[in-house]
Amino acid sequence: MSEGISAWQLVASGDATLFAIVRLSLAVSLSAVAIAVVVGLPLGAVLALTRFPGRSALIVILNGFMGLPPVVVGLAVYLLLSRSGPLGELGLLFTPAAMVVAQALLVLPIIAALTRQTIEDLWREYRDELTAMGVGPTGRVATLLWDSRFSLITALLAGFGRAAAEVGTVMIVGGNIDGFTRTMTTTIALETSKGNLPLAMGLGLVLIGLIMAINAAAWGVRLWSEQRAG
Amino acid sequence: MMRASPSDLPIVLDGASLRAGATTMLDRLSVTITPGAPTLVVGPNGSGKTSLLRLCMGLAAPSAGIVTWGGRTDSGQTRRAILFQKPVMLRRSAAANVAYGLAQAGCPRHLRTTRAEELLDRVGLLDLAARPARRLSGGEQQRVALARALARQPEILLLDEPTASLDPAATRHVEEIILMAAQSGTKVVMASHDLGQVRRLAGDVVFLVRGRLCEQTSVKDFFDRPSTQETAAFIRGDLVL
Repeated sequence: MSEGISAWQLVASGDATLFAIVRLSLAVSLSAVAIAVVVGLPLGAVLALTRFPGRSALIVILNGFMGLPPVVVGLAVYLLLSRSGPLGELGLLFTPAAMVVAQALLVLPIIAALTRQTIEDLWREYRDELTAMGVGPTGRVATLLWDSRFSLITALLAGFGRAAAEVGTVMIVGGNIDGFTRTMTTTIALETSKGNLPLAMGLGLVLIGLIMAINAAAWGVRLWSEQRAG
Repeated sequence: MMRASPSDLPIVLDGASLRAGATTMLDRLSVTITPGAPTLVVGPNGSGKTSLLRLCMGLAAPSAGIVTWGGRTDSGQTRRAILFQKPVMLRRSAAANVAYGLAQAGCPRHLRTTRAEELLDRVGLLDLAARPARRLSGGEQQRVALARALARQPEILLLDEPTASLDPAATRHVEEIILMAAQSGTKVVMASHDLGQVRRLAGDVVFLVRGRLCEQTSVKDFFDRPSTQETAAFIRGDLVL
């Protein structure tokens, strides 16, 4: 019980180290989601609208990748970025950039797969109307993405939740270096194993609070814009 | 807007069939749609009215036989517009729905707002322009879709029972808009099972029963001298199955 109280105190006191850790975690996860969105939305939309041999297999693989184990992604990125790896010369291993890349790979399948499903459902409804208006392939993708914007917010939140909560990839490719690549989740893991439970619990509360706040904000935006656009 | 391309009229269906799996929607239909007063496509539910409109629009390819537009088999859809029985409203305002149609028809960006307002005014919905289109009633959505179809300034306007879900006042309004379009040179092809509407609007009638052409004739002959038993039964108000 005393640990719970000191965890609250730590959060309330606005500790500088704690603040830096929170900031890095958010920066890494939000950047990863941004990259995954830029790649994943068009990828999902194109996959929804095109027909080619092997498409079904690709969709199954993409859906399966939503459950990709973070440690395996971390390992793969580690091998790519390690000094003897193909991208070793970039010197990115154990930097926040490496963590962003690894998390983006983790989030990309979630956003692409959920976008594919959403767009394919909407296309079924819009197909005749858009075809009759002579809308070309690029226009279709743009229209369908825009018109499913409310559903796609949920896909983004799922992606963000995945990135913010995982510990495996950032631990492996970030290295949990104090003051440089230490995030909320890696700190929680470390401090728990050291027996420093107040800090671990404090960070846990902050992490859950942040995820809740972002989801609440997204929900508010969705309600507000749905009322305006129908 | 896109008046440079050659005319899509006449639309000629020559022995055109439309099948999906074991179901035959249209069976060896030969119909010619020529310029002039509206052509009304008439028949009971499931007789193939919608399928005929889809073939005319080029949304479906015939399983057998051919369809030509002005003698061409590969006509683009720039000169045609269709109003579906259940039109799809894009998730934006009524005005934005019409502006979308204008954009697709090549209307320059700076003219779209004004033109969209003109078109909404024409269908009597100017005061609902800013409302989310999907929150409008069925009848209002139908009229937004009509404005969006008219935005293409079509040579041929295909309408699938556009007044089926409207009350008499709204029906009258929509019929006036359709007649106005027809008088300004647009060829109207319209599915209907309302015989009063056929009398009011039709120049000629295409009468379908179970996916087959029963007869194509002038509206006068359709009512005064029906040439088949099915036609006679249909205009008497008997059930034609």
